Amino acid sequence: MENWSLISLCVLLGLTARWAVSFHSYSGAGKPPMFGDYEAQRHWQEVTYNLPVHEWYFNTTNNDLNYWGLDYPPLTAYHSLVCAYVAKLLNPEWVELYASRGYESHSHKLFMRATVLFTDILIYIPAVLLYCFYFCDGSSKQKVATAFCILLYPGLILIDYGHFQYNSVSLGLALWGILGLGLGWDLFGSLAFTLALNYKQMELYHSLPFFCYLLGKCIKQGLTWRGFFHLFKISMTVLVTFALCWMPFLSDPKQPLQVLHRLFPVGRGLFEDKVANTWCSLNVLIKIKTLLSRETQLFLSFALTLLFVLPSSLKLLSKPTLWQFKLALVNTSLAFFLFSFQVHEKSILLVALPVCLVFNEIPLIATWFLLTSTFSMLPLLLKDGLLLPYVVTSLAFLFLSLYLLSALERSTEEELRLGLYRKLTQRWLPKLNLSRIIKWKFWFSLAAMAALSFTSVWLKPPAKLPDLFPVLVSVLSFLHFLGFIIYFNQVQLMEPQRKKSQKKTN
Amino acid sequence: TVMAAPVTNDQSWFFALALGVSFLKCLLINAYHSTDFEVHRNWLALTHSLPAAQWYYEATSEWTLDYPPLFAWFEYGLSHIARFFDKEMLVVQNLNYASPATILFQRLSVIVADVVFFYAVKECCKCLREDKGKDLLGKPSFILTVLLLWNFGLLIVDHIHFQYNGFLFGVLLLSIARHFQNRHFEGALLFSILLNLKHIYLYIAPAYGIYLLRCFCFTQSNADGSLQWRSFSVVRLVTLGTIVLSTFSVSFGPFIALGQLPQVLSRLFPFKRGLCHAYWAPNIWALYNIADKAFSILGVKFKLLDINKLPKASMTGGLVQEFQHSVLPSVSPLATLICTVLSILPALFRIWHRPNGARGFLRCLVICALGSFMFGWHVHEKAILMAILPLSLLAVESREDARIFLILSITGHYSLFPLLFTTQVAHQNISHVAIYNLHIGNVILHLFFRKGGALLNPLEATYLLGLIPLELICEFVYPLTVWQKTFPFLPLMLTSVYCALGVTYAFIRLYISLLTCSDSTKKIKTQ
Repeated sequence: MENWSLISLCVLLGLTARWAVSFHSYSGAGKPPMFGDYEAQRHWQEVTYNLPVHEWYFNTTNNDLNYWGLDYPPLTAYHSLVCAYVAKLLNPEWVELYASRGYESHSHKLFMRATVLFTDILIYIPAVLLYCFYFCDGSSKQKVATAFCILLYPGLILIDYGHFQYNSVSLGLALWGILGLGLGWDLFGSLAFTLALNYKQMELYHSLPFFCYLLGKCIKQGLTWRGFFHLFKISMTVLVTFALCWMPFLSDPKQPLQVLHRLFPVGRGLFEDKVANTWCSLNVLIKIKTLLSRETQLFLSFALTLLFVLPSSLKLLSKPTLWQFKLALVNTSLAFFLFSFQVHEKSILLVALPVCLVFNEIPLIATWFLLTSTFSMLPLLLKDGLLLPYVVTSLAFLFLSLYLLSALERSTEEELRLGLYRKLTQRWLPKLNLSRIIKWKFWFSLAAMAALSFTSVWLKPPAKLPDLFPVLVSVLSFLHFLGFIIYFNQVQLMEPQRKKSQKKTN
Repeated sequence: TVMAAPVTNDQSWFFALALGVSFLKCLLINAYHSTDFEVHRNWLALTHSLPAAQWYYEATSEWTLDYPPLFAWFEYGLSHIARFFDKEMLVVQNLNYASPATILFQRLSVIVADVVFFYAVKECCKCLREDKGKDLLGKPSFILTVLLLWNFGLLIVDHIHFQYNGFLFGVLLLSIARHFQNRHFEGALLFSILLNLKHIYLYIAPAYGIYLLRCFCFTQSNADGSLQWRSFSVVRLVTLGTIVLSTFSVSFGPFIALGQLPQVLSRLFPFKRGLCHAYWAPNIWALYNIADKAFSILGVKFKLLDINKLPKASMTGGLVQEFQHSVLPSVSPLATLICTVLSILPALFRIWHRPNGARGFLRCLVICALGSFMFGWHVHEKAILMAILPLSLLAVESREDARIFLILSITGHYSLFPLLFTTQVAHQNISHVAIYNLHIGNVILHLFFRKGGALLNPLEATYLLGLIPLELICEFVYPLTVWQKTFPFLPLMLTSVYCALGVTYAFIRLYISLLTCSDSTKKIKTQ
């Protein structure tokens, strides 16, 4: 009874925060002719409702792909279709072909926000609660506190309920996948993750750890028929799920190829806008985007990503535990974010999800990372007019994680898992208090981020450098992320086997 | 004193709750605001740009100054900070001026003024009988803090709708806390300041008057709790009188000196309004109106009444200000006044005869607030907060009061919804925020009283659960039906009548608890 009340309190507060963010502006509000992601989602409803399936991904007379053409996998399209049916029921104007382009009204905004809330309640929130209750150590109060902090992660709230996207669906499905694997329901886990992948292709960032974990588990069962059979079952699940998702597109070989072409637009270049990854930051010094040929860029990004992904994947393959799995998810997705081709600033949410999962173990670093990830999206949020919710939710999140999870107190050297750093400094500076240094760095970096947020809002950039502040934001966040990827790799690779068994809850 | 039990050292949760709710308030800065926003902007402008002598004559805006002078001075003080945000908001002629800086300033002023409320709640927590449970959810002070700081009504009325009630209730609660702490002079001073900030608190003045006279001016009681006439202290009465009079003279003095008193009073007490607000507050008159409608419909049906002789408004109305009764006698302001006085008299007699300490006084205060809400003239539904907030103090100490509180707060807060469900759909988001919040207090209270079974009996629980289908019908089903066009006011009427039942029930139960309660203070003193 008490647990239930606490959970309902934490969910209620989470919903309150979400709904309170949601009456702020969305991306492209009142900005014709292209508007923004909000219009993209609405347009997909319009397209999927009015056109036959085989026209969805093609440039036809009725489907102008240059105007927010569908570039997400089929599940997103189906989701849009379902939303469109509801929309049609409520107000046919919302999804009328052509005529509804750029449609904006209060009731439509309410409807769109409600669809986000609905999927969030259906998929993401229960997954978070289940995760915290099965896989977080500590008292039930601490579990609720962790769940509460995860639910209030500002990045996801701001992008889903402010900017407007359905990240809670793909991330929620991925989280269900992680839950499945953690509970030992491998088939269910791979099903959920395949769905996630079919909702948003960016989930590929998470796919390698899933693969390595499952493969490692099969290998562990022995290379006899038992291991193979398990592997067979998993791959069949994945294949069948894929086939079901892509069924309408399988009639004609041109169809899936076109969909793939839409999903992976290599032609759009190494990066767009200002994103806090290596290429964009490097571009400040060397104009790689123009200097190198497209093929070299592709090769370079592929090689570097592989280089950074490999150690953690191999480690996971040899030791498929949940803890390793979570860290591998962090490392792989972060490597993809930093080095891969065509990265969006919002993709940092894919890294944020697994970082949320280590919240209870490494609260300070997780808080730090999550705040940085929100900060890295600042230019986007400012463009959408979300300054106020950005400031308020970030401060609230900082305060809550420090207060509820006592992030600052639970940060001894051991708890921060600084094994490698200790070894490095032991010889020359044996008396160095690493934990204190980390705390100082934490506050210093927060101060820097606050100062930069402040200047980007209040100061006008010099006329010569109109993009000065967005670039500074992305470089600063990039430096942070670089530090984080080294740290998390260090944690994953150096960590001795933890004493507590992760499976004890089963 | 006996009341002020020591509170544990670790008070960080209080800070966390206060900060948390402040964050939520900040998120609501850009939310929709009602005309009260413009009202207060206008007051800022007129106090800033005009001499005090013209404050109560200025009528450029239709929202003339109708709060007592101290509040005007409060606005005057605020206006000096407002200058740094946007000077244009301080121009009287800029009607409906709402630049982003203006909104930010006005919202922040409410949020910051709530610091008074925080302090008052903290003081109230000190007055509770703290039990020794280590569990945070077992602490009455924690529960009280949640109930007050996260109060749903205040959040709506202040931070969405726009008013300064948090600040005003802060003064009220602080004054109550001072009486609990036996610092009666301070309590009286605070209350007279409060009266000069907003005169609606006159409704609870009788409780203050009787309590101070009985328990403070008479220094002793007989062994059985009855009055000891000889113990009357003239010094105390004179001091109290001086305090009250000097506050009033500071506030109203200048206007009396200018000979403006009649003008000021006519602004403060406009009796031109109707019996009920456009939307009926859930009180006796809502039930009276509905009974009148029912009788007239029945009368027409059984040919007892001639439909042409009925006043027109009675068949179409609900949304008209002047409501004419067709069967039952029409109600005059004087009648409501008499009803109000009659409704609170027994409570006043009770605390005169058996004072029952500060808790008895608090109970009487709640009854005064609720009585005036039930029977008052042109009551606004917001006024229910005057009963709900002080009742929170009692609710965390006894199961019976918690039960009354639950019924009163749910129905009272629910009746505030129509404030949000305005014609524009956009604002529905906000009301949903509100719905989530409504439950926080209930869950918390249930957690607190989890030992000893359910708080409500099945009938009460069914009644409260009935609000859910009511909400669904009024919000989603009814707009789709054909009656929406002909009787658009029906959902509002239904809501207000349904809530009126709950409020009336809570009022009766509260009365019973006052008249039958045993002398609880005596028990504590003997412990």
